[in-house]
Amino acid sequence: MIALSLSMKVTLGAALLGGVAGVVGAFAVLRGRSLVGDMLSHAALPGVVLAFMLTGSRQLAALSVGALATGLAAIGLMTLVVRWTRTKEDAAIGVMLSSFFGLGVVLLSRATRSTTGGNSAGLNSFLFGEPGNMLNSDLLLLAGVGTAALLIVTLLFKEFKLVAFDADFAASQGWPATRLDLAMMALVAVVTIIGLPMVGVVLMAAMIIVPAATARMWTHRLHTLLLLAAAIGVFAGVVGSRYGRGVPAGPAIVLAAAAMFAASLLLAPQQGLLARFMHTVRLQRRVAQDHLLRSLYELAEPQPQETPAIDFESLQADRRWRPARLRRLLEKNQQQGLVTLSGGVVTMTPVGLRAAAEATRRHRLWELYMMRVAGAAADHVDRSADDVEHLLPAAVVLELEAELEADPKLAFAAPRVPPSPHEIRAGEGDR
Amino acid sequence: MNAAAASLAIAWPSTDALWIMATGAVIAAACAVLGAFLVLRQMSMMGDAISHSVLPGLAAAFLVTQSYSIGPLLLGAVIAGLLTALLTQTLHRFARVPADASMGVVFTSLFALGVVLITQVKGVHFDKQCVFEGALELAPLYTVQWGSLQLPRALAVGLIVLGVNTVALVLLWKEFKLSAFDPALATTMGFPAGVMHYLLMTLVAVTAVASFEAVGSILVVAMLITPAATAHLLVDRLGPMVLLSAAIGAASSVLGYALAVHFDTNVAGMMAVAAGGLYGVAVLFSPRYGLLSTMLHNARLALRVIRDDLLGMLYRLEELGAERRLASRDARTAIGGGLLAWWGLASLQRNELVSRAGETLELTPAGRDAARQLVRAHRLWENYLVQFLGLPLDHVHEPAHRVEHYLDSGLQQSLRQKLDDANVDPHGREIPE
Amino acid sequence: MAPALEIHDMTVAYHRRPVLWDIDLQVPECKLVGIIGPNGAGKTTLIKAALGLAPLASGKVEIYGKPYVQQRHLVGYVPQRESVDWDFPVSVHDVVLMGTYGRLGWIRRPGRAERETAERCLDQVGMLPFAKRQIRQLSGGQQQRVFLARALAEQAQIYFLDEPFAGVDAATESAIVELLQTLRSDGRTVFVVHHDLETVREYFDYVILLNMRLVACGPVETTFTPESLQKTYGGRLTILDAAAEAMRQGDPGP
Repeated sequence: MIALSLSMKVTLGAALLGGVAGVVGAFAVLRGRSLVGDMLSHAALPGVVLAFMLTGSRQLAALSVGALATGLAAIGLMTLVVRWTRTKEDAAIGVMLSSFFGLGVVLLSRATRSTTGGNSAGLNSFLFGEPGNMLNSDLLLLAGVGTAALLIVTLLFKEFKLVAFDADFAASQGWPATRLDLAMMALVAVVTIIGLPMVGVVLMAAMIIVPAATARMWTHRLHTLLLLAAAIGVFAGVVGSRYGRGVPAGPAIVLAAAAMFAASLLLAPQQGLLARFMHTVRLQRRVAQDHLLRSLYELAEPQPQETPAIDFESLQADRRWRPARLRRLLEKNQQQGLVTLSGGVVTMTPVGLRAAAEATRRHRLWELYMMRVAGAAADHVDRSADDVEHLLPAAVVLELEAELEADPKLAFAAPRVPPSPHEIRAGEGDR
Repeated sequence: MNAAAASLAIAWPSTDALWIMATGAVIAAACAVLGAFLVLRQMSMMGDAISHSVLPGLAAAFLVTQSYSIGPLLLGAVIAGLLTALLTQTLHRFARVPADASMGVVFTSLFALGVVLITQVKGVHFDKQCVFEGALELAPLYTVQWGSLQLPRALAVGLIVLGVNTVALVLLWKEFKLSAFDPALATTMGFPAGVMHYLLMTLVAVTAVASFEAVGSILVVAMLITPAATAHLLVDRLGPMVLLSAAIGAASSVLGYALAVHFDTNVAGMMAVAAGGLYGVAVLFSPRYGLLSTMLHNARLALRVIRDDLLGMLYRLEELGAERRLASRDARTAIGGGLLAWWGLASLQRNELVSRAGETLELTPAGRDAARQLVRAHRLWENYLVQFLGLPLDHVHEPAHRVEHYLDSGLQQSLRQKLDDANVDPHGREIPE
Repeated sequence: MAPALEIHDMTVAYHRRPVLWDIDLQVPECKLVGIIGPNGAGKTTLIKAALGLAPLASGKVEIYGKPYVQQRHLVGYVPQRESVDWDFPVSVHDVVLMGTYGRLGWIRRPGRAERETAERCLDQVGMLPFAKRQIRQLSGGQQQRVFLARALAEQAQIYFLDEPFAGVDAATESAIVELLQTLRSDGRTVFVVHHDLETVREYFDYVILLNMRLVACGPVETTFTPESLQKTYGGRLTILDAAAEAMRQGDPGP
């Protein structure tokens, strides 16, 4: 056996645990079973103490077997109760968690009282985690179990993915969906239990949940999520155990993971708060631009000209713009060559007129579509108008256009805008 | 080593023992009345989460004020509890983290923060184990003066919390009831679900904080969830459920203390176990929803089906020709044999519905009445299937055989009316009156 | 030739309470079949029972003359859209690929052939340009198309679709119907739980009318008549409800 320093062992162990917990935790989180991990880690305590009382040894392997036994018993009882009584899953988890943990505390108190000397002191490490007690054999056990768990996930990746996503569909294809589901839970149980002596009862739940919940914000692919969750777990393990500066390793690891979660919450693409904020801002800007163009076009519509001129006041009155805001918007449009501003008059350039016509056309098409099939498209209403070409097949767009031209109230006035360099058709709007 | 161990030698039932039991019972009742709402709204684990976040709240409050005075500590912990509820919901709503995962992330992270804060503070004597187990055994040592009465401080705190919870629930009973049952309706009626949610969360946080020192987080969680889940198995109405939850919580405490003294072990843990045990008893023996009563019900049902089948068989044989008789062995084989068939036949004989002449069986007059009733149900149902479900003649016997046991006289009466008082079945056999 | 789907005296019960009573029907192959009935009539239950997902209290289901368990590879399934978590980290392509898992069996990974199948099926429903998208980023109609493509990837003979037109835009609905009609002309049999009575004649050539019991089953011209519709939608049979309740409670008779 290579002699490893204690801190090296702790770091290695934490990294291993973080990686494996991240991977199996991903399935727990995706299946809506995050808190089962919490229950499992609490329910392991009586098993640990019982195993100790029976064997008298503090071998991690023996204690883990005991922990697994009571952990699985808790899962079994929970499933039974949910299936056969009116107790719902959340309450069943809570009942099992507190009762089993209470039993653990009771047994622990007996064990510490009945044995003289500090032989049983190590058991307390299961409560809060004492990575400092780590033995070489513990590390080996962790590595062995971790490798086995990863191997199973790799082999059954396709099956787990299918069952986690759509269990009924899986069953219709003949997969044993319930048993695969149980296998996923059993993996969570095993990993939770071998992690207990490192980080303790409460924080083991965090090792299962946090890396997966963090990774979920960054990716939309399951295999990337698993790899990412593993990486986050490993990173948290290393950072927490090496750079804790006197902070106990367990909480430090969890806080490192939590910090990554918080950072992701801010920075993740699409789901991150920052990205959402930016998205909202961009959307507001685009809506304002669309509104401006439509106002310009509609004001110019009665007297078609090559370069229509609209005075600022009537433009401002059209939508009750705040004057300062309207001016900023117009200045930006001037930079893009869509309008020219001189005195109190806004003059549209030919390019600007075309853009305005296009914006108006899109809007009117969309309006018409909403009017015709409002009920059927209820889940599209939050889309902005320029998604219209994406959402509607070309045939429908053509049909709508024909209808627009026929309906005088919604007249699109295509003949009245200057000839455009291209035929204005679906999918060719500038964006 | 737990300092509480020493005080465990308290003789039963000394004044101290009574104080400890009373403290446990009052705190348990305070938790349990709120728990009923948590359980019904399916957010039991919120109780778990909030009770864990008490620790960082206490630690932060201590760091800020550098004092042990109760006011700031309480405030800090309540804020931490509310923060847990708020963050959980925010993460779920705005960052699309699944509800259970967001709860898991929030409370474990805060708990980790709490542990770190506490180890960073110099000069705080902090027994980590105490977080879980509390020090109920020590409750009688710290007393306060209440009028002429010297109460343990924990009991006084518990009484106050129980009082606060009771008053809040009594005043806002219909609001809590409505928003637990149908939050959307409550909101439209002017009791915003959000407000009620956070009000409940505040109460839970206050209760958790107040109980934390005496009983530890484990017992808070146990008493928030388990008694309410137990009561839910026993009664069907909210009012009785809340009262019963409180009673079960108190009973668990007394029972737990007695057991802890008997086995010379941790009191809070044993109270949690006692609560779990009572839950187990309810799961097994609840008169309406228990496993045992369900099993009994199923067994009785199976027995009735067997008895019905025997009666029907004998009746049909009689119909075919009075001279044919059925041997009891053949009868039992015909309905599947085994213990159940034997038992069914025996019970028919015991009830004097079937009599035995030598080896053969015969219906008694009472048995014939019962059998007639059954055959009537069978044939009415066959008629119904043919006329209303349009089933072909050769498909109606099996379904009617399954349903006949459940058609009471009321149903038979309405069948009769539907079928225009038909008196022959689709096969042309008479429907007995 | 055995019928595509044959159901014998099937009763489906949840907790002893029958939700479908004594269903007895046969559907020949090469049909586009509408399953029609009011809410709570047991339409979804019929599909689930046929797929072995709901417990049969009695009777049996046969597909091309053999029990479902032996014929699974002939069956494709499109569940209701709400039945899955659309935030699940899978792309459109991943979801369609799941259709090929049944054929692959344990452990084996989807290879190039499966990928090509998935792409072809995506193309068939017009969703190939969206293959890389996460499934939440699709509209309701597009999600439904993806589910349909997944079923196509099962390369089945018989398809069961549970409310494929719920919350779907008009364009998708007509595209789906067109595709189903192509499937039928290729010799497949397609069962569709459907709500809109106005389009039944237009879409289907065979109907199963259901309301706790089978009201009628047959070609649309002869079966989808005002009388049978009246029987299907003209209120529930209160006696069936009462009997079902009595069976659930298992109350002793008189």
